[in-house]
Parts: sequence; structure tokens; C-alpha cells
Amino acid sequence: MAQTRKARPISPHLQIWRWGPAMLVSILHRITGNGLAFGGLGLLLWWIGALASGAEAYQTFLDWVWLGTDGGLQTVTSLLGKVVLVGLTWAFFQHAASGIRHLILDIGAGYELETNARWSSLTIVFSILLTIAFWAFVLLR
Amino acid sequence: MGNGTSIGRVRGLGSSHEGTHHWLTARLTAVGNLVLITFIVVSLALLPDYSYATVRGWVARPLPSIALILTMINTFTHARMGVQVMLEDYVHEEGGKIAAWLLVNIVPFAAAAFGILSVLRIALGGA
Repeated sequence: MAQTRKARPISPHLQIWRWGPAMLVSILHRITGNGLAFGGLGLLLWWIGALASGAEAYQTFLDWVWLGTDGGLQTVTSLLGKVVLVGLTWAFFQHAASGIRHLILDIGAGYELETNARWSSLTIVFSILLTIAFWAFVLLR
Repeated sequence: MGNGTSIGRVRGLGSSHEGTHHWLTARLTAVGNLVLITFIVVSLALLPDYSYATVRGWVARPLPSIALILTMINTFTHARMGVQVMLEDYVHEEGGKIAAWLLVNIVPFAAAAFGILSVLRIALGGA
């Protein structure tokens, strides 16, 4: 009993942990998924409903979400609309990349610590690059 | 759930009594979403402008309207399952569970019906 004991590894605990790529991507998958479910699908319905209702309704949609034509409150909502739309495209790319990662994990591959961390980080790189590429293409062409 | 034999496991289908149906449907709709949303995102990016005539004209074409109708079914199914899992994790009171159950079993169906009708109105030329 006299021997000195080496420092034991500390188990993960409710209050003793630090962020890792896999944890971040895991919670991002849930946040982006629910954001897309409520925000994305809500906006999709407004868009398709306005488009079906006629030119005037579609113009109202554009004014409130993007153009802010009438000023006032629309100036605020059109700014928010741009943030939300860019956010939703990022959320889609992140959720898609993370989802593909899940499909690969489902076949039992990619659980080695290093591999897992690398592919987790890459989903974030992928989603940011694709969001930039998408909006650069739409706005700059 | 039987005594551990294969047939017993199949008969009982686990504690949920529906086997892996929820899990598998989430994966199937995920793959469907990858195809459908990629098609829609690329198509929208390639439109020459976003005027009423251009966008409505695009939706009215057969392939986009079919893709959009499938999207209404596929995304709402996938979103419904994801939101359900999220609510199962975070809602613990009986009242909240009933509210969550109502939300998850009513809203997505109403929303998808509205979306499908909107696409059909555009595709079939009605006002």
C-alpha cells in the first residue's frame, strides 16, 4: 500500500468535460434539424402558398422576407429574412453533412477517435464553404 | 418479447412494439431529402431571376412540381420524426407530453396538405 498511485484518468462528468468536435456536431445536428423543421419548412409553406395565391401575395412575401420595399417594419424583417435565409442554407448543408456522417456511422465505420474527430470537423468546414459558394453564386453571377 | 429466440424477438418487436421502423424511416427519408433538396437548391440557384412569372413557371413544370410534392411528404415525415425525438428527450411532464403528441401528430399532416395543395394549384393552373 506504500506505492505512490499514478493520477487516475478522470471520467466524463456532468460538470467535468470540454467541447470536442463530435459533441459540437452532435448538438448542431439537433439544432439545425429543428431549425429547418420549424423555420425552414414554415418559410417553404409561406413561399409556396404565396406563389399559389398570385402575384400580389408573392410580392408581399418578397417584400417582407428580402426586399423591404415599403420601409418601416419591413426594413427590419427584410434584414432578419436575409439572416434567416443564409442561416437556413447553412443549417441545411450542416444537417446534410452531419446526416451523411451518421449514415456512415450507422454501418459501423469511423468510430476511431481521430477519424471521428476529423470527419466531425470536416462537416463544419463543408457546410460553411457550401453556404459561401451558394450565396456567392446566387448574388454575384 | 419471447425467451430470446429469433422468432420471439420478431414477434415482440422490442419495447416500442414497432421494431426499427422509426429509425429506418428516418434514414430513408434522409436519403430522399438529400436528393430532393439538392435538386431544389440547385434549380433555384440556376433560375435567371426570382420574379413571380419565372418562379411560378418553374414550379408549374412537371419535374419541379413532382419534386416539390414529394418534398412536402418527405421533409415533413423526416421533420416530424426528428422533432418527436427532440420532444421525447426534453419534455417530461404529462401535460407537456400530451401537447407534444398532439403537435407531432397533427401539425405536420396539415402543413404537408397545405404545401401539396399549393403545388397542385400552381401545376394545374388554377388560381
